Amino acid sequence: MSDYIASSPEELQAMLDSLGLKDLDALTGHLPEAVLLKEDGWDLPEGMSEFEALAKLKKMASHNRIYEDLYRGAGAYRHYIPSLVNALSSRGEFLTAYTPYQAEMSQGLLHSIFEYQTMICELTGMDVSNASVYDGATAAAEALLMCRDPKHRRVLVPASVHPQILQVIRTYGEAYGMEITVLECLHGVLEESVLREALSEDTACLLLQQPNYFGLIEDAETLFAAAAEKKVKGILHINPIAAALLPSAKEAGAVIAVGEGQPLGMPLNFGGPYLGFMASVSAMMRKLPGRIVGQSTDHEGRRAYVLTLQAREQHIRREKASSSICSNQALCALRAAIYCSAMGTEGIEQVASHCVSNAHYLAQELCEKTKLKLKYPGEFFHEFVTVSEVPSGVLLKHLEDHGILGGLPLSDHEILWCATEVNHKENMDHLVELIGEVAA
Amino acid sequence: MSQLIFERGTQGHRGVALPKLQVPAYTLKTKLRAEKPQLPSVSELEVVRHYTECSQRVKGVDHVFYPLGSCTMKYNPKVNEDAANLEGFTAIHPLAPEEDVQGCLEVVATLEKYLTQITGMDAFCFQPAAGAHGEFSGLMTIRNYLKRRHEDQRTVVFVPDSAHGTNPASAVMAGFTVKQIPSNAEGNVDVEALRAMADETTAALMLTNPNTLGLFEKDILEITKIIHDAGGLVYYDGANLNAIMGIARPGDMGFDVVHLNLHKTFSTPHGGGGPGSGPIGVKRHLIPYLPSPRIENGRIHEDCPESLGRMKMFYGNFGVMVRALTYVMILGKEGLRRTSQVAVLNARYLEHELSRSYDMAIDQPCMHEFVMTLKRQHHDLGVSAMDIAKGMIDRGIHPPTMYFPLIVEEALMVEPTETEPKAVLDEAVRVLSELLDLAASDPQALQACPTTTPVGRIDEVQAARHPILRWQKGNE
Repeated sequence: MSDYIASSPEELQAMLDSLGLKDLDALTGHLPEAVLLKEDGWDLPEGMSEFEALAKLKKMASHNRIYEDLYRGAGAYRHYIPSLVNALSSRGEFLTAYTPYQAEMSQGLLHSIFEYQTMICELTGMDVSNASVYDGATAAAEALLMCRDPKHRRVLVPASVHPQILQVIRTYGEAYGMEITVLECLHGVLEESVLREALSEDTACLLLQQPNYFGLIEDAETLFAAAAEKKVKGILHINPIAAALLPSAKEAGAVIAVGEGQPLGMPLNFGGPYLGFMASVSAMMRKLPGRIVGQSTDHEGRRAYVLTLQAREQHIRREKASSSICSNQALCALRAAIYCSAMGTEGIEQVASHCVSNAHYLAQELCEKTKLKLKYPGEFFHEFVTVSEVPSGVLLKHLEDHGILGGLPLSDHEILWCATEVNHKENMDHLVELIGEVAA
Repeated sequence: MSQLIFERGTQGHRGVALPKLQVPAYTLKTKLRAEKPQLPSVSELEVVRHYTECSQRVKGVDHVFYPLGSCTMKYNPKVNEDAANLEGFTAIHPLAPEEDVQGCLEVVATLEKYLTQITGMDAFCFQPAAGAHGEFSGLMTIRNYLKRRHEDQRTVVFVPDSAHGTNPASAVMAGFTVKQIPSNAEGNVDVEALRAMADETTAALMLTNPNTLGLFEKDILEITKIIHDAGGLVYYDGANLNAIMGIARPGDMGFDVVHLNLHKTFSTPHGGGGPGSGPIGVKRHLIPYLPSPRIENGRIHEDCPESLGRMKMFYGNFGVMVRALTYVMILGKEGLRRTSQVAVLNARYLEHELSRSYDMAIDQPCMHEFVMTLKRQHHDLGVSAMDIAKGMIDRGIHPPTMYFPLIVEEALMVEPTETEPKAVLDEAVRVLSELLDLAASDPQALQACPTTTPVGRIDEVQAARHPILRWQKGNE
């Protein structure tokens, strides 16, 4: 057992002596007797060595099943993570630093966040980015709050948005007193006529996901243009890999871009930690929640970086703050920045186009060689939905029996598939063969 | 160096190579991006050098003493990283079938069991990603509970004037009105003022114990009773749990909801501002009202009819949970109690030694942290808490939390944590005393600090008035 206490027993006693105390228990002698915890008042195992603890954790990890071949996305994507991402981001300097309040001794961190903000601006086409928030869903929720005013409390969101994002914005929306109206998507995407019907005087914003939950590409430009006619603000929730190819959020007419940064170098990790990115046009800059790093100079005129626009934040404004968030996912943002630096524009474009090509190959093979059919006619990015008469459970079980994690079952007969740059042709051919065995 | 990565390299560098595409290339038929994103164009070695240089201009707990009050900057054991990086955890898809993620669910269940014992609560939800997110989630749980009991008239949340700014901000986010509770002369909650304010509109009281002055609220049982008698709930901000593990439990003090900061008390690294984890614990009667899904007995229960809903995608910051579990397993029951005891001893010793030269905000025995005030020096010498803090940077110590709590003028809030040895504390006493001497003999020299860092004091006003928030060609 180790307790990471660095003073020796003699040193501890010397400190106690200087305080005129007999032992460690005497330190809390002034606490009311009634709240003091008795030795048998709580139950916890004895400590153990690092070696034993790791062995136990390895045992636990072995109760998970690792799929080398995986076709499931739905908000968490397996991409190749270059080795330098782990090597650099696990440096103790980054790992064990606090939020960079003391700017002079945190320049490297502030510098890297400033670069991260620039990369997010580039990917989204927006003017300003914050230093990241908890995840893609909470980023969407915070974006709604940026659009709220006393006369505009309605949020329009199509049913093609990830159901978990919908759940999170419902929770936040309820707290903020915002009403969430979910619009139907007959063919998997929001149609302009459905949107026009729904736009009302009290509508604050329209939230779209691009590509959407079903992998389909929404006609964001047309939809945001229709919304803008009624002075309704556009929020686009993007996949940052797809952003390398698809029109940027700014080009599509959004005023706020948010998204899940996980594809930029975060492992799946059973859902976290990931990061949410948030960027906006400059007019909404002071409504952005969370940390923001700005460039300034020191007293000698040297370029320097510092947390800025803090008048928005809780430690200054307390109950009048725009959000209670007081951290970012700094280490995840660092990983994203390292990933973007390592890949470069062409690298990310290549990842994106491999995703698209692999997904389209898989879709085409499944449709040609098995009885699966595409559910929606629209263009998709790296995810697509199939329908089949054979129950989803049967198809997926057959794949799992062969060591493959298939797509996500959306219903008894619908599956949401995903392919990225890490899925190889021969594996996809094998998958199609296996599906053919149960759905030929 | 202060070169940005965008200023490095030359055009035409290709990123890390991917395998050759083995399938026919497919070109999207929809409209594509007009303007390409301009990401850095650098070689792999340049990326490595760039971020290595960045890392050399950041100071973490791995370098220096970091007595940042309220933040619990203890040593982050390296074994935690090894555990969290096991492929059996990192490669697991959050939406994989339940039977394939039993190991992850075991981590969640084991950590939940341990945390309930440490805090005296009955169940935990791990969705919140940070302390402030935990506060928001905990208050939403309270709001949901009150609403379902048709007690919508309970709209007021009490927050002490010494509280962290996230407390009132989270309460407002959750739709409550905030009323401030005054502190008495000893730095504790003014019990009589609270009694007079509690009524049928009271939803909750938010409190941290020990409080932000580092004092244990001796009247805590009385305080929680006042709120319960008025029909409200009591919320525990776990920022200061490091003072009381194995000594006292929020659950036994009458708290109904707690949030913990796994990145503080449970040794997971702060990462320069995150990711953290802010799980919330509740007493049994509040379990149905927690965020959903609930993880229980190796199952993920999506169907929770009385839940407030979802606070975050998936199940929270799982990787952080693995680190915290590793820590609790290694320390065990005795280790955790000793941790808190030594955290208190280190703070009490440092306070005792420093009180020879510095004024303390309150003359009471502290728990795991204490607050000094530079009010006198500010008045007499024109030297501020900030000046002392910047002087510490030059002498190899990360400054304490400055100007907090707000009820103390020129405050420096010091939390040494249990993992620092006596020698480091003694050295800090020497440095801090020397800085006071410097403040008296040559205040201008102190005001010029820091001088050993890559940059000196930064013009924050300029940064806020003329925001430059991204790199652009030409603004270097």
